[in-house]
Amino acid sequence: MSPRIVPARTDAVRRRATPLTITVDGVPVPGADGQTVAGVLLAGGRLSWRSGPSGAPRGVFCGIGVCFDCLVTVNGERDVRACRRRACDGDVVTTQSREPGEER
Amino acid sequence: MTRNTDARARHTGGRPRHVVVVGAGPAGLAAAAAALRAGARVTLLDASDRPGGQYHRMLPAAYEAEDNGRLHHGWDDFERLRTHVQSHPRAEWWPDSAVWALERPDDTTSAPHVHVLRGPADGTERYRSVLTPDALVLATGAHDRVLPFPGWQLPGVFTAGAAQALAKGERVVVGDEVVVAGSGPFLLPVAASLLEAGSDVLEVLEANPASTVLRGWSRRPWELAAQSGKAAELAEYTGLLARHRVPYRLGRAVIEARGDGRVEEVVTARLTADWTPVPGTERTVPVDALCVTHGFSPQLELPVAAGCALSEGFVQVDDAQRTTAPGVYAAGEITGIAGAPAARAEGLLAGWTAAGGDPSDRTVRDVVRRRDRGRAFAARLAAAHPIGTGWPGWLRPDTLICRCEETDYRTLRAAAEDPATGAPRAVKLGTRAGLGPCQARMCGPAVADLCARRAPDSAPAHDGLAPDRSVPERAVPGLASASHHRRPVAQPIRLGELAASPGRPPEEEGEHTDER
Repeated sequence: MSPRIVPARTDAVRRRATPLTITVDGVPVPGADGQTVAGVLLAGGRLSWRSGPSGAPRGVFCGIGVCFDCLVTVNGERDVRACRRRACDGDVVTTQSREPGEER
Repeated sequence: MTRNTDARARHTGGRPRHVVVVGAGPAGLAAAAAALRAGARVTLLDASDRPGGQYHRMLPAAYEAEDNGRLHHGWDDFERLRTHVQSHPRAEWWPDSAVWALERPDDTTSAPHVHVLRGPADGTERYRSVLTPDALVLATGAHDRVLPFPGWQLPGVFTAGAAQALAKGERVVVGDEVVVAGSGPFLLPVAASLLEAGSDVLEVLEANPASTVLRGWSRRPWELAAQSGKAAELAEYTGLLARHRVPYRLGRAVIEARGDGRVEEVVTARLTADWTPVPGTERTVPVDALCVTHGFSPQLELPVAAGCALSEGFVQVDDAQRTTAPGVYAAGEITGIAGAPAARAEGLLAGWTAAGGDPSDRTVRDVVRRRDRGRAFAARLAAAHPIGTGWPGWLRPDTLICRCEETDYRTLRAAAEDPATGAPRAVKLGTRAGLGPCQARMCGPAVADLCARRAPDSAPAHDGLAPDRSVPERAVPGLASASHHRRPVAQPIRLGELAASPGRPPEEEGEHTDER
């Protein structure tokens, strides 16, 4: 099984879910307004979207902007922490990985 | 507290003192409220778009949740406090604000200048602002400290804080068959959040044995009674675990995560009191997620940038929450891990003093008492949930220590034991451990600990990798050294943003009570 989002209609916090759609490497992924990019990806069943220097997959680790394992490119901006950035309808997200020899 | 006329008289040139508070968690929010009460003008800023910090992490405004409070403790008090601060005419709330540098002015008695980037996280369109406050309160909090273990880099392995942030912050649950492991009372609320969201928590593992935990908690019981709020909260979690029949096992840890491209199973083992895994006690548990934490690391880059002295890995403060840096005050987890009630008391005192209030004023006497009880609680926590010195026993030569640079234990150990490269700085440059994007925030304490154990004068252990028991091991304090906190740029800033001149866009002028 994978991560998932508590469905709004059964959520005890009684909340609204305003749908939005982002694309991830060209594929539309649905989410809800207010979610982070990482939250949209996780809730969509995707556990990893970046790889370490060896090519091994990485996903969300710290979830609060400290570990930098969840970096993505959003609307052409590289190195955005997916766990910190709220998703906006129509965001174009592309996955990214460290380039060989890249310092940061 | 009542308004203190002495404090109000201390306003600079008849104008209210300007207090900048960094971090809007329990400590920062309390600091803002106390500074307002003492008559100051306050700018409260946070990297998030809503106040609350990690403890009271709010659901996004767009969720329009009717009952956000059911996910929290002390929610009504928090709501009252944040509403008071956010609507106060002398307060400005700056959401989405990352402090990327503190600049110490030439005149050495003034508070540092605060360089802020405002806008969506890591965006290119953020704008720079510079604040020049009369006093600065740092309340930047802490993040999970996770010791390395084989497979900890696999997707599906989360810090306990990540699981909590996703569940409380946007209702995403990390998995359905989850093990929560590590050390400390934080394991309990994380397990509770997962249960609330419908996950199956298979077991909660506290690495310390019952003897250590009980000795720490039962020492000086009157201190615990004084923290009754926290004790009741913890009792509620253990009750929830019992109702869901979730085993809480002491003296056991996850020593490995395994899987093909993601975590599929974890290996747990019994530990001795010093956290050395006991051979033959291993069990394999199928999971779809693992949540792990071994304690907390304070976020020290801003205190270090401000020139604050550290003591045993935390910001050193006096009885009035003053740091050693002029005009800089500190509150909350950066002065010691003690939980939200203690953070609030420290924040109240820090904000009051920063605004020019007299810390010996009788109106803050109760706050001082609560702060002192909070500090006693912190000492108790540290005693009940120490990190054992035997944890490297679960490392293997190919275990990653630095996640960013994928520096493994073999490489690090070899560099640390080589007399030519063994100094921590040389180890860092030679192995790249700690030089990746996270800038040692994740691996720094572990690298410092492992390097401190090097024993070049003694014969290597049988495999050349296990910790050498022939020399006395240094105890592991909260953090081994401050060196890995020195980051001239505290938060990532893009070159374009650096080149742009600071200022505020016109539409932001006069903004006081942005509700976002």
